[in-house]
Amino acid sequence: MTITDRPVDNGVNVQALLGAREALSAAPEAAQFTWRASCTWRNGTHSHSTVAGFTGLGAEQQHRSTYEFDVDHPECFASEDNGATPVEFVLVGLVGCLTAGVASVAQHRGIQLRSVTATIEGEMNVLGILGADPGVRNGFEAITVRFVIDADASRDDLQALIAQSQKRSAVFDIVTNPTKVLVELA
Amino acid sequence: MHTTAVVIGAGHAGLAMSRRLTQRSIDHAVLERGEVAHSWRTQRWPSLRLLTPNWQTRLPGYHYAGDDPDGYMPVAEVVATLTRYARLVGAPVRTAATVHAVRAAPQGFQIHAGDDVLYARAVVLAAGACTLPAIPAFAGALPPTITALTPLTYRDPSQLPDGGTLVVGASATGVQLAEQIHRSGRPVTLAVGEHVRLPRTYRGRDIFWWLQATGLLAERYDQIDDLTRARHLPSPQLTGTPEATTTDLNALIAQGVRIVGRLGRITDGRAQFSGSLPNTCALADLKMNRFLNRADEWATASGLDDELPSPHRFAPTYVDPRTPLELDLTRGEITTVLWATGFRPDHSWLDIPVWDRTGRIRHDGGVVTGAPGLYVLGLPVLRTRASTYIHGAGPDSEVLAGHLHSFLSRRR
Repeated sequence: MTITDRPVDNGVNVQALLGAREALSAAPEAAQFTWRASCTWRNGTHSHSTVAGFTGLGAEQQHRSTYEFDVDHPECFASEDNGATPVEFVLVGLVGCLTAGVASVAQHRGIQLRSVTATIEGEMNVLGILGADPGVRNGFEAITVRFVIDADASRDDLQALIAQSQKRSAVFDIVTNPTKVLVELA
Repeated sequence: MHTTAVVIGAGHAGLAMSRRLTQRSIDHAVLERGEVAHSWRTQRWPSLRLLTPNWQTRLPGYHYAGDDPDGYMPVAEVVATLTRYARLVGAPVRTAATVHAVRAAPQGFQIHAGDDVLYARAVVLAAGACTLPAIPAFAGALPPTITALTPLTYRDPSQLPDGGTLVVGASATGVQLAEQIHRSGRPVTLAVGEHVRLPRTYRGRDIFWWLQATGLLAERYDQIDDLTRARHLPSPQLTGTPEATTTDLNALIAQGVRIVGRLGRITDGRAQFSGSLPNTCALADLKMNRFLNRADEWATASGLDDELPSPHRFAPTYVDPRTPLELDLTRGEITTVLWATGFRPDHSWLDIPVWDRTGRIRHDGGVVTGAPGLYVLGLPVLRTRASTYIHGAGPDSEVLAGHLHSFLSRRR
């Protein structure tokens, strides 16, 4: 914990988050969220996804605007490269979630951040998705995230910061633990 | 039969409460499903020893006076100690009086125990925190060839088939049984989720000496930031061996135990482990070091640095980069799964709506919410962090007996 003259401001409203935790513990049905995205095939490996609404706090909610994502594969896979690959979206999701966690935990612990950057890499042997080697899995063999953090805090405090952000991260949980997935024809 | 108070359970907590009630001349009965210290007699493996050192094993009107104050009490001695204690304090214990139901009645409570029906104005639940094993729902997906055990049914390694054992959970129970089973020649894989790493001794003193001296054990329930979390923390990775050895994950790895991540699922006969093991271990190392920092600061502030050996730190937990994420339970390598995934109390006979949405009793430091005259004792971090251990029942029972006493006076 660092003591400074100015109040720590990482732009995170910790009081609102703590208030939400208390309120949702008392009304657990409001804590049940459903996140959604819709996807339309364009051509080849290119698809277009939108994210607009989600369900939570016992009601239908809307983002401030509809967010759009083009998903494709690169030219070395004989595709047109109209967007990032699906696995890169997973990396974006994970590093975005961990970075949000770093800011929130730092705010809660009174650590003023000056800058946070992160790189994320996922190792993958594509013989798996090509079906060329049954001993190779489709997904990442390993993911490495490297944070560079400039803040008024000791290295131990920063280690604790990134450890806690992993502990509270939804995407970290999704990629490290099994999740039931059901894909069906409407 | 009418009595002023009924205490359910004749373990350390129920007996401590009985002593407090007797001191206040509150007539009462202590109902016990078996004999005094029943769960210690029947639901603990025989080689178990207390995690706390003997000098800390104290109850109201009793303190350890044997010749090994720094030792850790074997379970048979715990049974003998509690049996002597029940006589010492003249606890009115009714043995073989299994409670079937506790209900609200016009003047308090109606208690069905054995073939009797009792009426009491106050009831103290002291039936134990570790009565039922907490087993994950996916345990049902274990292949039928696997022998499944819980710590409540485990006695010693000889009851296990030959072959590998998967111990699920790295609390005190998990690490102790992992070590014991591995030493019997059955290779152990230990699935490690969130855990509490502590050294057995630090700077020449038992870790419980430090936990007490720094004031950590005295932290009150209403001053703890995240009480829900504190009440559900796994027990620290400690063993009470005569040699006071440390049984952290590094010690187990050195003995050849294989460490894997938290068991997340069993599907098609395969156990799948979390990839979060490096972070789980990093969190436990960080938390241990935070406590050791606190201990060192306290020692300096108390002027003890000349008297004690120098501060030092322990090696970070080693995580093998090749740690498997999956284990095929149908291949014969693993023959046994031991669920060291925690315990929960059994209050199924309590027919009074006092539950929170997760099925636990709602209470304020042992005073049950919405049921005047009903108390609960002997649960983890009930009133302080010491409540988890035997010696916590002394101060807890004093406060709750005082509350119970004034509750009775108000109603007269």
